Order: sequence, then structure tokens, then C-alpha cells
Amino acid sequence: MTPVTERASDAAVDEVLGRYPAQPSSLISVLEDLQEELHYLPEAVLNRVAAELQVPRAQVYHVATFYKGFSLQPRGKHIINICTGTACHVKGSGRLAELLEQELHIADGETTSDGLFTLQSVRCLGCCSLAPAIMIDREVHGGVTATALRRILKQYRKGEA
Amino acid sequence: MNIRTPDELAKLRTTGREALLTAHTRVMVGMATCGLASGAQKLYDALQAQATAQELDLSILPTGCRGACYLEPLVDIVLPGQARVTYARLAADDVAGLLAATTAGGVYAERAIGWSPAEPFLLDDADVPYGSAESAMTGATPSLASLPFFRNQLPIAMRNCGFIDPTSIDEYIAKGGYAAAAKALTTMEPERIIAEIKASGLRGRGGGGFPTGRKWETARKAHGEPRYVICNADEGDPGAYMDRSIIEGDPHSIIEGMIIGAYAIGAHQGYLYVREEYPLAVERLRLALRQAAAYGLLGTDLFGTGFDFTLQINRGAGAFVCGESTALMASLEGRVGEPRAKYIHTVESGLWGKPSCLNNVETWNNVPAIIQRGADWFAGIGTEGSKGTKVFSLVGKVNNVGLVEVPMGITLRQVIEDIGGGVPDGKKLKAVQTGGPSGGCIPEEHLDLPVDYESLSRIGSMMGSGGMIVMDESTCMVDVARYFLAFLKDESCGKCVPCREGTARMLDVLTGICEGRGQLGDLDLLRDLAAVMTDGALCALGTSAANPVLTTLAHFADEYRAHIEEHRCPAKVCRALITYTVLPDQCTGCGACARACPSQAITGKAKEAHVIDPGACTRCGLCMESCRFAAIEVR
Repeated sequence: MTPVTERASDAAVDEVLGRYPAQPSSLISVLEDLQEELHYLPEAVLNRVAAELQVPRAQVYHVATFYKGFSLQPRGKHIINICTGTACHVKGSGRLAELLEQELHIADGETTSDGLFTLQSVRCLGCCSLAPAIMIDREVHGGVTATALRRILKQYRKGEA
Repeated sequence: MNIRTPDELAKLRTTGREALLTAHTRVMVGMATCGLASGAQKLYDALQAQATAQELDLSILPTGCRGACYLEPLVDIVLPGQARVTYARLAADDVAGLLAATTAGGVYAERAIGWSPAEPFLLDDADVPYGSAESAMTGATPSLASLPFFRNQLPIAMRNCGFIDPTSIDEYIAKGGYAAAAKALTTMEPERIIAEIKASGLRGRGGGGFPTGRKWETARKAHGEPRYVICNADEGDPGAYMDRSIIEGDPHSIIEGMIIGAYAIGAHQGYLYVREEYPLAVERLRLALRQAAAYGLLGTDLFGTGFDFTLQINRGAGAFVCGESTALMASLEGRVGEPRAKYIHTVESGLWGKPSCLNNVETWNNVPAIIQRGADWFAGIGTEGSKGTKVFSLVGKVNNVGLVEVPMGITLRQVIEDIGGGVPDGKKLKAVQTGGPSGGCIPEEHLDLPVDYESLSRIGSMMGSGGMIVMDESTCMVDVARYFLAFLKDESCGKCVPCREGTARMLDVLTGICEGRGQLGDLDLLRDLAAVMTDGALCALGTSAANPVLTTLAHFADEYRAHIEEHRCPAKVCRALITYTVLPDQCTGCGACARACPSQAITGKAKEAHVIDPGACTRCGLCMESCRFAAIEVR
């Protein structure tokens, strides 16, 4: 995945910072919006946020590494969230996670070398009636079997081609 | 348009009711996250396209989830003057038939599962008949209320879910929405409201079950300005999703509850803290806030009373511990979500050290109903110590998965067997897990226990936020305990030692048992660790972390012993203790298992019995899933 160019990220940071009052309590909201815009939080961006919101850099780093929603590494075009909720667990989500790791040749939290997918396990997606469930970007897929999983991945790969 | 008086609201409600009941044929598609994942969007688009092409006079609208997730995608149709018909498991190729039958004034029998005679108006205590019930019901369609899944349910929290378009404030108002806020602000003193909530017996629906009225009273009496109301929509318990569903299906009910609460405690600012994993819920809430503000129901001088209230949304950033009140407030302040010791409660010193009244989604959503119908009505439902209803997410190894709202005090057996239709595939129920990672596993012999705060606590579990995960004989209870500890170790914030180290050590021990390295002394060690964590941890995440272990130890000790003494997993789940083999007599040599195997551990010639290489086998079980001849055995 090509890193975000400095200029583009500068404009995005300005835009996001403009949405919230320049005070420490805006930190999480600002980082969330930036994560959404840039798909990750580059060091330069964290430094700018720290300066603008008048929060120590250490605290910005603390927050950015505490919450699972933030990533300091570039992430893939599609984020595959695999649900690890209780209902999914008893219906075999562990096996599904394993299969995903094998199909994509990456471990939990990693990004494929072509930058297409990032795999991450998440706490319950709140789709327990559809267990086992995965959410790719914003789309939830329920009752996922091994065959269905391979088919779904193929669709996303094709969309990329 | 600004609603300045209760009369103006009432007028809007009258026009809204007419639109809701008589104007059009209403085609309602369940489009909460669960519906969407089952294909509701495709269905909705197909309905729209064909209705437009045929120039049909229909309103096709999205609604929330009625809870019957196992029947998704669901569509309800009301023809003017006729009973409401509910259709289930619709596919895109049903659309033509469904529309043809509907425009002819009839029922599409292939997918109709039930009819309902009247539109419920819970807040008015008066259902309005759609018309003559019999007219449309010439076929064999039963009444919806007679179906086992719906029979014992009593929707209060989910009163509007599946009935109104959640993106329309007018439909919420048509169902009696914001009337309770108008009543509270214009006719009741704050103390009266608090007294009413206290008398209703409402208790927190998020976990602890603290009496809501008492919390409000303390918040009102606390010193310090400004004060805040907060909605905890960081629904983190794995296996519980009622809050997501309520927000997606009826977002205004939460806003209205918070307006009433804010007025009662004297707050002018409120926060909705919503999980980032719920994008649709955030979107629905954002729209609802804009709509309420446009109607003057948020902002300044509500209902001309001079009372100001604004509400904002904050998204969680992915931390289970932020469901804990002090961690949530730290997160709202822009800091990491680490809890603090609660020598002083958050109602007295919470957000920015100010009095803060935090309730969860379902609690806030119950408030308008209580104000509108009265404390006596609410207190008449449920048991001595647990009033009203509770929404449970009935999931796992159960036939009718979904959200069920039942009066407190109903037995677990009624919920699982009557409403849920029991365990699928003729398997035997082993346990039901309630209360999320802080709760416990309840064995089959306790199924006749009434579901209320006290009864569940008494046997070591808890109500929690209402997750109810059914487990059958193929669920390993040691593995379940290990699962919860892995979850909690991952989500422990790391601030206090008992939780940070305790969860890690417990997980080590449990993993050892699951992998066949367990020793008899492990069980005592687990109990010792549990005692230290329960006494010493800082917040409820740590003090209750041992519950899944303690309850499984108490009720399923023989499973632990089988793992430790016999190196055997009775449920055949723990991989180190099981082996897969092909039964040569059953195997047809079709090769499906070899293709399914991700480790290339299965070999064999076409039409000859295949063989699994135990060295290469990772025991994932995919071969067993793929075999259509029951030729794979696990031991």
C-alpha cells in the first residue's frame, strides 16, 4: 500500500481538526476521524495532533496504542473483521480465523503484501444471530462456512482486478 | 419547524397516526444490521424497482429488527383496512409474487408466517385494529401472536422496533414519541419524575442492576455544576446485541429518555458513547439528533419551559473496558479508558469531576414508557425485586435465534425451549451462559430458575446486559472458560496487578488443561487466583473475571477432570486431545474432504477410502464438515 503523501495527509488533518474544538478532550474523536480518512495514523500526523490540541505527545501515543480502533501501520484496502464473540466461538469462529490466516498468508492484525486485506479479530460484532460472522469493511456476512469464506474472498479479489 | 408546546406535538402526532394507519399500503422491510446481512438491502431494492416499474401506490420503508433474526429477511405488509401480514425468509425472486398478491389485496401464502390484527400503541395503552382481521386471512396463515417465538414476549423496550421507520421522527411521534418528555417537562417537578422512576422499580439494564431512580436522586442531590447525563452504548459483552438493535430500530426513544433524565437531575449536556463496531447505529443516532434538534426537541427552551439540553455522540475506539463507567468517562475526556477506584461514585464526581448520571441504552429507552404509562403499570410486570421486562439475545446452539423481550421472572426453560424452540439437530442442552465475560454458565438442572437479577446472582452468574448463549453437548466447558479468560486478558487495561496478572495466569492454566498438560493441583490454583482477583481488582472487569471459571468448575468439574486425568475432551473440542479418522466402510472416495483440508493431510485415490495423516492434521474439523457420508469420525 502506498503511504499517504504528506500533502494529502496535511489537508486531511486540517479538515479533521476543523471539526472539533482545539482542546485535549477532542483527542479521541480527532484520531478516529483521521484513522477513517488515512486508514492509519502516521507519526507526523500524531505529532501535529499533539501540537494542535495541546496534548503531550506521550499521551497521544498512549491513546493511539491503547484503543484497538487505531493503527500506526498502514492498513489494507479492505478490513476483514472476524468476530470472536461467544456465540461465534461456540459456532466455530476459531476455525474460521485459522482458515483466513491460511488463505491470506497473514496473522491476526497483519496486512497482505498486496495491500488488499487487513485481518483483525474483534470483540463481538453484535450479529450473534448470524454466528459465525465476519464484517468486511461495513458489510456483515453471516453463517460463514469454509466454502462461503473462499467465495467471499474471491469476490473482493475480483473487485480489485 | 419548532415544537413549542405539548399541543403542537399532539397535532403532529394526530397527523402522523393517520399517515401510519390509513394512508398507504405499507411495506416494511426489517433493515437492521442482522436483516441487512441476510439480504434485506437486495430485497428492499428489488421491491422499490418493481413497485416503481409497475407504478404501484405503496410506501416501501426500512424498519428496525423485531427480534426474530432466524426469520430474516422479514417483511411486514399492511393494506389499508386489512390485518398486518408478516413474511419471513424472503428472497429476491419472491418479490414479484409478493407484490402481485399484495396489489390484488391478498396474501402471498408461500412466505406468510403470521398475521396481526392491530397496530400496538404501547404508550397509549390502546391497540388500533387495522380493519377486519378475517378479510385477508382466508388461507392457513396463523396469527403471529400464536407462534411460539412471539407468544410469551412483551415488547416494551422494543415497542417500536420493526413498526416504524427509524429514520423518521414523524413516525416516532405518531407512536406517542416525545409525549412523555412533554409531559415530564411541562407538568412534573424533577422530584416527581425521580419518585416515579423509583416507584417503577426500574434497575440498570447494562449489568449491575442498580436502581435507576436512586441513581438519579443521588445525581440530583450531588454538589457541583454543570452535571451530565450519559448513555452507555458501548455494548461490549460478547453475545449481546439488544442495544445495537434498539438504536438501529428506535433511536429517538433513547434521546427522549435522556431528555427526561437530564431534566430530572438538572443536566443540560448529554453524551452518547457508542461502539465504533456499530456504524449503522451511529448513523441512525446522528440523523435522529439532527431531526430532534430541527423540531426544537433538543437545544434551548424545550417545550417553552426554558429548559435547555444538548446531546452529542462520541464513538468508542475499541476497548471493552470502556463499558465500565469510570473508564467510559475517561474516554469521553479524551484519555485512555482506565478505570479508577470508586470511593466516590461517578454520580457525584464523574465526567470532569462533575455529577454524572450514566445509564445504558435499554434503561434510557424504558424511561419514556414509565413516565407515560406510570410507575404502577411498570411495577406490575416482573418479580418482587426485578420489575418490567428484559431483552435477551438468545443465541448459540438454539433453533430460534434472536432478541426476545420477556417479563422478568420467566424461567430459562421457557425462554430456551418455548420461545427458542430448543437445541438444533436433536442434541442435548448442556448449559446456558448469561452475563457476558462477568457472568457464568448455568447447567441444565437450573433451567427452571426464574430470570431476574437475584436468581442469576445466587447461582454465580448475573443478568449482565442480557446475553444468553445456549451451549449443547458439543461445547467444551473448559474451552469456554479458556475463551472468556483469553477475552478478558486481552481486554484488561493493565492498570491493576490482580486483573492484569490474574487473567494472564488463569489463561495459562486453562490453556494447559485444554492442551493436555493439566495437573490436579491446577483446579485449586484457579480457585486461589479467583479469590485474589475477586477481592483485589480495581473494577468489575477484574472482580468478576473469575466467574466463567468458577461456575464451570462448580457445575462441570467432571469435564475438567476428564481433561486432566484422562487427557480426554468429552465434547471433542480441545484439539490436543482429539483425533480425526476416516471410516473406510463409509467413505465413498469422493475426495470432498481432501479438497476441504487446508493442510493437505488427506490422501486417497478416487472412489477409494481416503486416509488422514495424523502428523499433518491440524484437527480443524473442516473434513468432517465437508463429508456428506458421515465417514469422518472424531475421538
